[in-house]
Amino acid sequence: MMEPILRVKDIHKAFDGSGVLKGVSLDIHEGEVVVIIGPSGCGKSTLLRCINGLERVDQGEIWLRDQLISGLKDMHLVRQKIGMVFQSYDLFPHMKVMDNLLLGPMKALRKPREAVEAEAMEMLRRVGLAEKAQALPRTLSGGQKQRVALVRAMLMHPELLLLDEITAALDPEMVSEVLNVVIDLAEQGMTMAIVTHEMRFAEAVADRVLFMEQGVIAEEGAPASFFREPKTERARQFLQSFTYASTRKKAQETQAADVGLA
Amino acid sequence: MDWGFIGSHVMDFVAGAWVTLRFGLYGVGCSLVLGLLCCLARYFRVPVLRSVAHGYIELARNTPLLVQLFFLYAGLPRVGVRLSAEACAVIGLTFLGGAYMSEAFRSGLESVEKSQREAGECLGLTRAQNIRYVLLPQALATAAPALFANVIFLIKETSMFSVLAMMDLMNVADTLRTSGGRTVEVLFMLVVAYLALLLPVSLAATFTERRLRYAGFGNQHSV
Repeated sequence: MMEPILRVKDIHKAFDGSGVLKGVSLDIHEGEVVVIIGPSGCGKSTLLRCINGLERVDQGEIWLRDQLISGLKDMHLVRQKIGMVFQSYDLFPHMKVMDNLLLGPMKALRKPREAVEAEAMEMLRRVGLAEKAQALPRTLSGGQKQRVALVRAMLMHPELLLLDEITAALDPEMVSEVLNVVIDLAEQGMTMAIVTHEMRFAEAVADRVLFMEQGVIAEEGAPASFFREPKTERARQFLQSFTYASTRKKAQETQAADVGLA
Repeated sequence: MDWGFIGSHVMDFVAGAWVTLRFGLYGVGCSLVLGLLCCLARYFRVPVLRSVAHGYIELARNTPLLVQLFFLYAGLPRVGVRLSAEACAVIGLTFLGGAYMSEAFRSGLESVEKSQREAGECLGLTRAQNIRYVLLPQALATAAPALFANVIFLIKETSMFSVLAMMDLMNVADTLRTSGGRTVEVLFMLVVAYLALLLPVSLAATFTERRLRYAGFGNQHSV
């Protein structure tokens, strides 16, 4: 088997003495899409933030291919290879969409404007926003902003893309326009680590699902088996909390079975 | 009002205004640089430097410019450091102004959401690039009114330069008043001279603020 792109080895992270990550290990291979789910506060966002150095790990190691990146003093070269998109889009409000897209490639990667601009237009067209190139971010809808944020990250041609609950702030009708872009990226072979609460999306896009709880990976598996038959009781409960209707139905079925037995 | 007296001394006031403006602007320019550096040291929590910056700001803001100038002009020579009046003026004004400018910059930087900084970092920008392209433009939009207020404040504070025996507007007026006794005319010209210097700055401030508001900088909360 090929060497993984990313190797996370037993990392620990605490905020103000309370442990958020308590020994997380994880390999991500080229072209793999790993979806991380779990209740809020389980440490999944912190895991992503540790990977690209927005948070410093207290213990453990993170390797990007053959480079140890945890605890590096100067992360900006590493971050050029690890893209990240957040819940809050974080487009730069004082720049037009195109300038938002050009900033990273032109300043961090020192590419010439013409080349990046052509590529940026092509990518905007692909996500259906070509006509917004000269618009200011505040004139865009949430879904449009998030698509721009995805393009902005992709224009850096990262080896790994981290997505941290990128649809959590969106109105429901805008969720799919964003997630479709992500599914496109997955089909093009983009390596991704995705934190999400959209279970159907997770099932559709994931090669592997991690269920985190209280700072550790409690369960891990292929999406088909994880979503049909989670092995741990906690994962079962967590998945059930997303399916109100079936919970009720199941309760009725159990009741009926009880009655039948009586 | 003796217009003849005023007419014959207009050039004195022009010369005084030139001193006020020139050294005022030197001080403002240096204050902006010093203020920005202090502010960045504090914003990025640079070890040691942030504490030095904080200590300096408190010292500069809580002592009068007059005392600072006396210290530079009369105190330092006692320990062997002798500076010209002009150097004392610029250093003194910078010492005071740097603290005020730093706080104005900081109010701007703090108003930029933390996630903006992270978004810049995630694009692989260096810290300097992040400051230059992402943080400062947004911070300046918020800080502009405070920065302009400081510019006006500092140029007015140059009236203290008269204690250094510099012939700024204030000293020109004082000299004329005590030698000729035309208090009304002299004070009238003094007021007119300061207004002529500072009104354009005020108008520029208003204009800039309106432009920034129109551009909608820092407006990150729209849906």
